[in-house]
Amino acid sequence: MAHPLLSVPGKAKRGEIVEIKALIQHEMETGFRVTNDGKTIPRDIITEFLCKYNDEEVFRAQLFPAMSANPFLSFFTTATESGTIVFEWSGDNGFFATASASISVE
Amino acid sequence: MERRQRVFRDRLCEHLGRVTRFVLIALLLSLSGPAAPGEIPLAERKSSYELMGPDTRAMQDDDAANPGMLWVLDGEALWNRREGAAGKSCADCHGDAGASMRGVAAHYPAFAAGRASPVNLEQRIDICRAERQQATPLRFESRELLALAAYIGFQSRGMAIEAPAEERVQPFLQAGRAMFTQRQGQLNLSCAQCHDDNWGQKLAGAPITQAQPTGYPLYRLEWQTLGSLQRRLRNCLSGIRAETYPLGAQEYVDLELFLMWRARGMKMETPAVRP
Repeated sequence: MAHPLLSVPGKAKRGEIVEIKALIQHEMETGFRVTNDGKTIPRDIITEFLCKYNDEEVFRAQLFPAMSANPFLSFFTTATESGTIVFEWSGDNGFFATASASISVE
Repeated sequence: MERRQRVFRDRLCEHLGRVTRFVLIALLLSLSGPAAPGEIPLAERKSSYELMGPDTRAMQDDDAANPGMLWVLDGEALWNRREGAAGKSCADCHGDAGASMRGVAAHYPAFAAGRASPVNLEQRIDICRAERQQATPLRFESRELLALAAYIGFQSRGMAIEAPAEERVQPFLQAGRAMFTQRQGQLNLSCAQCHDDNWGQKLAGAPITQAQPTGYPLYRLEWQTLGSLQRRLRNCLSGIRAETYPLGAQEYVDLELFLMWRARGMKMETPAVRP
């Protein structure tokens, strides 16, 4: 159950700067914690986030163990043309999640 | 010399007697008054939301930024999933949660049919699971149970908390009130000493809240996850170094009941965000 929650404006004017928000459910286990019997809990985090606007990369982030659980990223981009914004999260243990939202620019 | 000492002693006793009488009268007067001492007047009650910083408030207000919404989405999926030997989903009996569960969380804990004591929302979900779905009950604080409670609680967001009206609720409500005002733990503190008498003051840099249970289950940034009201109560109990109860204990349910009664009329915020 790794739901992403997105916030992308449905409509925007050409050249307008729009805010994009992306939240995803993930434990972000740091790899530094130990269980009651002293065993290390292996690291399990999202390591990379990528955002593509009509196949063009507009935002990329590397994530590290200090990130909170359920990481929330917010950034800005310029609305150039109508199309799809695709989000990708990848991480430890083959974790991969993707989501997309459409934007119409007039 | 001896006589003077005796006179002094007699006067002291008389004085102490007067003081004791005065204290007793004051105590009786305060007990017969309209509100118990220290209880927050209805109009002055505040959700902890109002004591939070602007960033945390913005996080709660925006459904795309509120991590509690992730559990609400999970809960919606679970609501429609068939479970147990009966092969039924919640939706098979209750239909659309938006209609059938509207306002439900705002009047829990409540009596469930055939039970001698009130149960909270999580316990009610598990009763349904065991009796209607014939599935194994979900563990307290498990992801699934929190998700269902958040989804059901979300249907009451913005609605007023209802005070339990039934007469048979009274003994449990009184037990909850007694627990709220009872000093306990190695620090010898009662809930009321912080949350009735000193709300708005600071404790280690953080504001002391009124302990209004308006947003449960809620996302606590400190927990990095969603948690129930019972988890929060356990947190406070271990904070005053009192012995905690197992999750689901009647003591917690009574306290939940009292807290909901105390917050009657306040708006539900599920899923809230708290620091």
